[in-house]
Amino acid sequence: MIDGRSRVIIQGITGHQGRFHSQAMRAFGTRVVAGVTPGNGGGEVDGVPVYESVRDAVSSHGADASVVFVPAPSAKDSALEALEAGVPLVVIVTEGMPVHDAMTVIQFSRVVGARVVGPNCPGITVPGRAKLGIMPNGIFREGSTAVVSRSGTLTYEVVSSLTEAGIGQSICLGIGGDPVVGTSFVDALRMFEADERTSEIVLIGEIGGTAEEEAAEFIKNRMSKPVVAYIAGRTAPPGRKMGHAGAIISQGRGSAKSKSKALNDAGARVADRPSEIVRLL
Amino acid sequence: MMLLEDKGKELLREYGIEVPRGRRCTDPEELRSADLPLVIKALVPVGGRGKAGGVSKVSTPDEAVREATRILSLEISGYRPQGVLAEEVLPVDREIYLCIVIDRSLGIPVLLAGGVGGMDVESIPPDAMGRWPIHPFLGVGEHVVREASRSLSLRRVEAQFGKMLRGLWDLFTRMDCELVEVNPLVLTTDERLVAADSKVVVNDDSLYRHPEIGSDLPVMDELEAEARGERMSFVRLSGDIGVIANGAGLTMATLDEVASQGGTAGGFLDLGGTDDPRRVRKAFELMARSGARVVLLNIFGGITRCDTVAQGVLEAMDSLVSVPVTVARIRGVNEELARGMLESRGIRAHLDLSSAVSDAVSWRQKA
Repeated sequence: MIDGRSRVIIQGITGHQGRFHSQAMRAFGTRVVAGVTPGNGGGEVDGVPVYESVRDAVSSHGADASVVFVPAPSAKDSALEALEAGVPLVVIVTEGMPVHDAMTVIQFSRVVGARVVGPNCPGITVPGRAKLGIMPNGIFREGSTAVVSRSGTLTYEVVSSLTEAGIGQSICLGIGGDPVVGTSFVDALRMFEADERTSEIVLIGEIGGTAEEEAAEFIKNRMSKPVVAYIAGRTAPPGRKMGHAGAIISQGRGSAKSKSKALNDAGARVADRPSEIVRLL
Repeated sequence: MMLLEDKGKELLREYGIEVPRGRRCTDPEELRSADLPLVIKALVPVGGRGKAGGVSKVSTPDEAVREATRILSLEISGYRPQGVLAEEVLPVDREIYLCIVIDRSLGIPVLLAGGVGGMDVESIPPDAMGRWPIHPFLGVGEHVVREASRSLSLRRVEAQFGKMLRGLWDLFTRMDCELVEVNPLVLTTDERLVAADSKVVVNDDSLYRHPEIGSDLPVMDELEAEARGERMSFVRLSGDIGVIANGAGLTMATLDEVASQGGTAGGFLDLGGTDDPRRVRKAFELMARSGARVVLLNIFGGITRCDTVAQGVLEAMDSLVSVPVTVARIRGVNEELARGMLESRGIRAHLDLSSAVSDAVSWRQKA
């Protein structure tokens, strides 16, 4: 998906979040080639040139990916701008993006043949190579376990427990906590199955929707690599949104129990608590 | 955010969909002079009110006043009715189920329609329901109208049905809805299509674009509303251990750990990506007011600095009159510093979640 050679642009680099995280990404080894802030182009942020538009940034530097840090009301326009400029991978970190905006962006990404990750996601980290997004730099170790998750801090928690146990990661992908996201568990599993650097997978799901059930179907029919899973929210009451816009059991669907059962039936090993994941690997 | 039925129907009417004549009232006596018979319905932002006794058909003035009074005194899934909606009784030929909802796995809306309306959607067998994905770039096509009207046996009123579907779609997209459900849609004996009920759920993240509905939102739990105002997420639960953590997934995982050790969580509070001491203090204040006897704080500081979270906890200790017993589990950036700060004030700061939870559960038994 990405490596140390990937050229990355940051949309919203002049904002507090954009600036902080582009520094952290560079410290991790990511090749941040440019920033974009409409109305604020022409200068530099910590030595990174800032452009008025994605097109300008792309024509000067090329881009393999963009990371979107702009506030929710402008996230749709920013993501569409990157897609129209031909950026093949757009990671939307922004939280609170209107769901119809997310649908528009994701459907448009299919029209142009690009990939969207997020919204409301911590991004993608390939330890030792590059990081797109906001995951903490210090928790990773290179290895062959791929991690995919709908959440942020819970993922960091699990990744650091893997690292402490000497289990390194080939990639860590946060798909986001919103009800509609550009990259699903199934998309991630398909990539991991094909990835030579990955030998096993940790999947961290949560209540709401049917993404874990679809992942289970894929694991049963298409996966040869072992999967360990954990589903958060076993005790969450139905009908209540648990922090993430997508974490809600509605109309009897989306409980942790049904997800755990589907994964277990598909041959994944399902942990009862995050601390159990290391033991199951 | 689910709109109250009268507000949902006002929107339906605006988008050209016929709804029954009716009015919202909070004083039952207003119904004494209303045209009869009437259907009286509780205005609550949750489903299942029929089963909870929140819907009643009346045919005399005394009955209308009595039933309205009874319904106003109900509590339905924790909600007191914000008035009742009193409507004309429609001459029903048939009842139909109709909705447009975002299908999370397709990532686009779908139209669901079935010839059995008026019942709980969960009890409608899936094969009794037609399903048409509607691509957001395309909207409701002619063929969808044709197919759906055929499957619902509505061909005699197909033009009217098509106009209705397009109205529903326009409402769904322009108002940033997650769901627009009409259950039942009534075909009257004089062949009109009337939305007898409405359930309109507007996407919370889009409310800022719709100030016109801002003044008429359903009343939420006070603490939940205050948390939302601080960009935190609070859910009141039935137990007595208040869980505060950073991140939705981590907070849920913490609740699960509490339950697996025999405790019951009294509140879910996701701080989000903050380490602002002021917000941490606010989180403790909300937990104290929610009646939690023990607060379990679980922080994984990746970007968040643990010491600034600890600073917020200490400020809460200083500013609140009564602070529940607090047990913490702190990992991440500056964890040593944070643990020292908390322990200097007698708060046990664990490294491991399982031992922190066991500590919290045993404190609760003592408290």
